[in-house]
Amino acid sequence: MKTIDKKTVEKVAHLARIELDHKELELYSGQLGAIISYICKLNELDTADVVPTTHVLATLKNVFRKDVLKSSITPDEALGNAPAREGDFFKVPQIIES
Amino acid sequence: MEKLYSFTAHRLKELMAKGEVLPSAVLDQLFARVEKLDPGIRAFVLSNKEKAKAAADNPASKRGKLAGIPVLLKDNICVKGEATTCASRILAGFKPPYDATVAKRLKAEGAILIGKANMDEFAFGSSCETSCYGPTRNPWDTTCIPGGSSGGSAAAVAADETIMALGSDTGGSIRQPAALCGVVGMKPTYGRVSRYGLIAFASSLDQIGPITKDVEDAALLLSVIAGYDEMDSTSVDLPVPDYSKSLARDVKGMRIGVPKEYFIEGIDKEVDNSVRAAIEKFKSLGAAVKEITLPHTEYAVSAYYIVAPAEASSNLARFDGVQYGLRALTEDMIDMYIKTRSQGFGNEAKRRILLGTYCLSTGYYDAYYIKAQKVRTKIRADFDRAFSEFDCIITPTSPTPAFKIGARAGDPLAMYLSDVYTIPANLAGLPAISIPCGFSGSGLPIGMQILAKPFAEETIFRAAYTFEQATDFHKRKPNL
Repeated sequence: MKTIDKKTVEKVAHLARIELDHKELELYSGQLGAIISYICKLNELDTADVVPTTHVLATLKNVFRKDVLKSSITPDEALGNAPAREGDFFKVPQIIES
Repeated sequence: MEKLYSFTAHRLKELMAKGEVLPSAVLDQLFARVEKLDPGIRAFVLSNKEKAKAAADNPASKRGKLAGIPVLLKDNICVKGEATTCASRILAGFKPPYDATVAKRLKAEGAILIGKANMDEFAFGSSCETSCYGPTRNPWDTTCIPGGSSGGSAAAVAADETIMALGSDTGGSIRQPAALCGVVGMKPTYGRVSRYGLIAFASSLDQIGPITKDVEDAALLLSVIAGYDEMDSTSVDLPVPDYSKSLARDVKGMRIGVPKEYFIEGIDKEVDNSVRAAIEKFKSLGAAVKEITLPHTEYAVSAYYIVAPAEASSNLARFDGVQYGLRALTEDMIDMYIKTRSQGFGNEAKRRILLGTYCLSTGYYDAYYIKAQKVRTKIRADFDRAFSEFDCIITPTSPTPAFKIGARAGDPLAMYLSDVYTIPANLAGLPAISIPCGFSGSGLPIGMQILAKPFAEETIFRAAYTFEQATDFHKRKPNL
């Protein structure tokens, strides 16, 4: 673990599909650096033989349900919040060059 | 005229059953109070007067465990056809096409949903200051924060702007604002309450729970919302007790552990004194109190600020402008994602998405995420050991009373440390309650936390109820 530089923040922002201006980049690099150096406290602990938690309750087993037909919301309800719609589809800007 | 808005749900329930109080009279008083006080408190982001009054006239709300009782929901809980925004610009205008399971259960038991409560954006915060609507004010001192993230829910209960409320708790978001506003807040065991329709923050930590004026109301509300739900595969299929029956005034012989790691540097002197006095009270009521150790406590905040942002960054990937909420108009698809997310998310949401994405990115996943999940195992083991000897654990809820608006806004790490006492229960999936146990010299409420092993909510209610009935902190009201 190490602290975080501006280039790394820029790369992470790109992965998260977030755009940062120069000022934000400066601010977040500093703040994330401070948070990450605090988090690195975990390195004090030897966890070599520890099993990581995947679920807090030991009792939970995999969950299956019966494959039966049920009603669900209508296409109109599902599309009710769409910023743009065409027919029964969500409409978005073109993604494939024609 | 009686101040019906100041009554508890269990008292109103009795009066309504006898026909002495009408639900419509309670609603009239409540909405008059909201109109008068909420421009100052700003606990509501949506106030549904007309729909609530129509619901009160509907025969369906005349039956059930919460017949005619007004309930306010945090704005991350979906209600069909009602704006649900998580206090974020990115969900502007979103109206869910379905009810969250808790909303469905409340309606089925006759509760009246009166609106939506302010919160930190996507529940990212401990002060309600990251809301896109601006901060909620603490009813005890309107220059102070109400706590967060369920700050609107807690402030509304404290200000008698609602009878009951629901919040959600990922690292303390029910218990910390309850403590800072002088009300009761409970985070149930992970899996006790369905998360279906709760807009996800960190799926392995989130739980919905009650925020109420007293312990009896918390037990009543949890009895309604708890239980298995096939729509949430992490909800647990165990019978739901009638929690109201656990409200015995008796802690004789109850084994209570007090972890020394929770009374350390950084704790406010008045909080320390109040919680220690409360522990003495438990002794005088017959409980067997002993100091214990939870050695990995100091690592909880670090583990949490890896696991929670990692899960959040993944959960918030769905907000891209395609299906709902805000969309930035662009010529290009990828540009639409980027512009929508950059305009729609506030600073704290961006910070957590960046932190989470970093912790999950190639080359860092093992060093951060897996490391944190291993530490989580160690924190759970501390509690397992403690609960093999003790029935419950008592700690402060928050290291300080409410702080001033803006005081920690520029320092995210200082804000994160506000949750140092509440985070361990989420990491271990444990039930925990915060109840009032004192006041600071300047009149701000102080809360104490009671934790128990998974699904031992009844033990918590018994301890909390016994203390509450032996004290009068819960009866004090802010001057409004």
